[in-house]
Amino acid sequence: MAEVPIRIGLEIHCQLTNLRTKLFCGCPADYRGSPPNTHICPICMGLPGSLPSPNKKAIEDGVAVAIALNSEISKRMTFFRKNYFYPDLPKNFQISQYDGGGGVPLARGGYLHIEGGKRIRIRRIQIEEDPAKLAYEGTIDDSTATLVDNNRAGVALLEIVTEPDMEDPKEARAFLEKLRGILECLGVSNGELEGAMRCDANISLGGGTRVEIKNISSFKEVERALTFEITRQRQLLARDIEVRRETRHWDDVRRITVSLRAKEEEEDYRYFPEPDIVPIEISEDFIEGIRKRLPELPDQRRERYIRQFGLQEHNAELISSDNALSKLFEECVRMGGDPIEVSNWLVGDLISFTRELGMELTDPRVSPSKIVELVKLIRSGSISTKIAKEVLMESLRSDESPEDIVKRRGLLKISDEALLRDVVEEVFTENEKAVREALHDEDVVNFLIGQVMRKTKGKADPNLTYEIVKGSLERIKGGAPDS
Amino acid sequence: MGERITLEDLERLCWLSRLRLSQEEKVAFLGQLNKILDYFERIDEVDVEGIPPTHHVIDLTNVLREDEVEEPQPDEVLELAPRRRGRYILAPRIL
Amino acid sequence: MLPRSAIETREELAGGASVEEYVLSLLERIRREDPKINSFITICDGPAIEAAKALDRKRREGGKLGPLFGLAVAVKDNICTKGVRTTCGSRMLEGFVPPYDATVIRRLKGADAIVIGKTNMDEFAMGSSTENSYFGPTRNPLDPERVAGGSSGGSAAAVASAFAPLALGSDTGGSVRCPASFCSIVGLKPTYGTVSRYGLISYANSLEQIGPMASNIGDCELLFDVIRGYDPRDNTSLPQKRVEIGEGGLRIGVPKEFFMEGVQEAVEKCVRDFLDKMGSLVEVEEISLPSLAYALPTYYIIAMSEASSNLARYDGIRYGLRGEDGSDWNETYCNNRGMGFGQEVKRRIILGTYALSAGYRNRYYIRAQKIRTLIREDFERAFKEFDLIAGPTMPVLPFRIGEKLDPVEVYMCDIETVPANLAGIPAISVPCGMSQGLPVGLQLMAPPFGEELLFRAGRIVEELA
Repeated sequence: MAEVPIRIGLEIHCQLTNLRTKLFCGCPADYRGSPPNTHICPICMGLPGSLPSPNKKAIEDGVAVAIALNSEISKRMTFFRKNYFYPDLPKNFQISQYDGGGGVPLARGGYLHIEGGKRIRIRRIQIEEDPAKLAYEGTIDDSTATLVDNNRAGVALLEIVTEPDMEDPKEARAFLEKLRGILECLGVSNGELEGAMRCDANISLGGGTRVEIKNISSFKEVERALTFEITRQRQLLARDIEVRRETRHWDDVRRITVSLRAKEEEEDYRYFPEPDIVPIEISEDFIEGIRKRLPELPDQRRERYIRQFGLQEHNAELISSDNALSKLFEECVRMGGDPIEVSNWLVGDLISFTRELGMELTDPRVSPSKIVELVKLIRSGSISTKIAKEVLMESLRSDESPEDIVKRRGLLKISDEALLRDVVEEVFTENEKAVREALHDEDVVNFLIGQVMRKTKGKADPNLTYEIVKGSLERIKGGAPDS
Repeated sequence: MGERITLEDLERLCWLSRLRLSQEEKVAFLGQLNKILDYFERIDEVDVEGIPPTHHVIDLTNVLREDEVEEPQPDEVLELAPRRRGRYILAPRIL
Repeated sequence: MLPRSAIETREELAGGASVEEYVLSLLERIRREDPKINSFITICDGPAIEAAKALDRKRREGGKLGPLFGLAVAVKDNICTKGVRTTCGSRMLEGFVPPYDATVIRRLKGADAIVIGKTNMDEFAMGSSTENSYFGPTRNPLDPERVAGGSSGGSAAAVASAFAPLALGSDTGGSVRCPASFCSIVGLKPTYGTVSRYGLISYANSLEQIGPMASNIGDCELLFDVIRGYDPRDNTSLPQKRVEIGEGGLRIGVPKEFFMEGVQEAVEKCVRDFLDKMGSLVEVEEISLPSLAYALPTYYIIAMSEASSNLARYDGIRYGLRGEDGSDWNETYCNNRGMGFGQEVKRRIILGTYALSAGYRNRYYIRAQKIRTLIREDFERAFKEFDLIAGPTMPVLPFRIGEKLDPVEVYMCDIETVPANLAGIPAISVPCGMSQGLPVGLQLMAPPFGEELLFRAGRIVEELA
């Protein structure tokens, strides 16, 4: 069966976590870890008579994101009410934005490049308020009551909607990682915080019906949910069963998507302009002012790494899209590390080692001086690459410097020719058959070198070892007696 | 005049606005609401082609607040909730 | 003895008369007379006496005395008062005691006024007779068989009964002017954005303003000057402007549309006679504002649409009335709201939901907002030629309690008042005479920020009436 094309679009909700206050009131926005219902006031609780006051910084942060995503910022934007009842909505409407019916969101259009240079288009960016958080006694199914904590209610959210430009779950994840990097780089949102970035996805196979997936809580889950959904839809198509247009819920415990009750009525949100908030005009000057204050963005950083340090595209992309990695890289270079070698170490072993150790790149044990030291040790011929990996892993784990590890464990490369000759002789004596074969088979030569390495625990200088082994074999071939 | 809102429409509108009506209310409302809508029909006479809507009657824009914390006084707000458990507000269950 | 005007009373109190005694005498009067009128839902005896004592102390200690020093103000019960229950005339807000004061209340207190009580009103300000109150109708002090008008009926009746010299009402489609007219007092609906709405429980936010009510123009102006002003808590609050008043004679336009539909002959005759009398002092000319013929349905569509959303928050969870829980949240919400809201509120929520719903939004809500533009433009044109626009405040004389049952018939009562709300312009009702022993009010409208013009013309009306 031919592969059917897949189209994936994302709808991402990111909290503007770096704001001090909520979107429409002065309550502290930093609610995590606070006792329930401590960050509440008449406004975010929707008390009768209260009125919303939009946060200027939220608009500025939104504009910064729109610039970074190459979006067209509206000259005059409006807030709209999205009307629906739900226990997490204090006013039973959400102050949001609307594209259409006279509504103008913060920005429209735009794009983002993911690794490999593919362009993912943005449809729109809008600002809205986060609902409250619900908790249940027991599970949602058997709970007799719902517990409402309104600390999150009214926190500023940015909704970013993409065009369905992603063709597989990996691209969706790559997009999210890239987006998170940008938001963190801009200093508007910390995607590491629990629930700070949430995502809904829509997916269609072969130009067929679009299915929405809600409740995806992390980037890893996005990839999983989409992969599951593709498999599910493929199986339906293979059996000639029509894919229904529906909204499905990602169950991250069972790792499947489930249909939200089919009988649930189609929502009618009755959008209309929020009468309590006047329109917001965004002037060119305002945009320029923010543009000037923007930090270097990942894409600009990538270009600079290629231009300034001669990094490979792949390394430049990987490092530049991660803020912590970029910081580490630039520190290493500043401390005199060779950019290309440093970049190879960062992209290669450092990432996988830290992942293996469950360490963040921001962990103090991941210090730039360690990387620079390591690269210097290799360059000076003091240790082999293989040893270097071992040293790096140990250095990360123990927080001992690479040099100290090498000294303490005696890992300096053996470059003493006389010493190596003794080891080679030993290996030849123990492997007479192999030596005979090595005279006409290069693979077996490598085997002999490997034996030398084993005996020296990897410390033998590979180049010198090769020369001695080859020289010894030549002498045997030529019948020259051992001296 | 024709029936603009049927009983079925009325029930859907009540659902959308989460209102329970008694049987008597439903009967009375059907007649009243249709009569009101008959009266509203006169706006159809107006030519509104090309006329922009007025959402805000004043020409005011960009009234924004600085991002400065106002210390909340949560307890007096929380105490208004008829049912609570600890500091949580108790809402009915969600099926 | 109670002096009639607030200005005179303030002078006496500031001059040394006991504020406490004054307040006690008012409370005594309210206790004696109000059971027949029902103008108050809540009487603030305790806090009012406390405040009076504090003011007496302040005066003794030589403090600076505010412009409303010692004056009692009756406040409509849709304006939030910290620590005093605020009902909106509804069962839905049972147990709701606001944790904050509305901005206007802060301004009143800052001006040394005393909130004497919270006044009766049509539930959520939806009505024109104060018959739609969960707390029973307010009776007209001039004829207790008749309505006081609405929705700020309690405030108007309180002033007319001399329970308080000043009152606050709110005006979404005429709710200050209508009861002012029916109770023969003065009531102003200010320019949209002039008085902060922070703390006013919303019915239709894009239309409403809090307005001052008093027995005469001078007192009305006194109160207005205290409550007006920019408030950062209300996003639609305007930096204050004052329109220059020319020295020349006033030119008043009288739209013929104000006499077209449902206007009682007695009212028309009274108003036209009065305008003729005014013609000796100012220029009066008949004009036409064609879009006014559509103002009433336009107003109701917009007001109901906004109301359907504004009133969604009343679900009984965070505050207000909560009954027994149903099997799930949907049922509980339906029950609480079905039990808490009265019939008129339910009708308006349902129709507002309809007017905003998919498939009907363009036909009703959007279309109404477009006609609103036409109405604004008609006024703008008229104000290029005329300083003021005049007409009757009410198309009918105060009617008997229980007389009007048909919703459309009741809505028709607002036909003269809604245009000012749609256009956001200031409008005032001033008593201009009696017909069949019942009061008739003259309505004057001015361009945005033209309140002083209204007061100036209002004084002429007072002199002639």
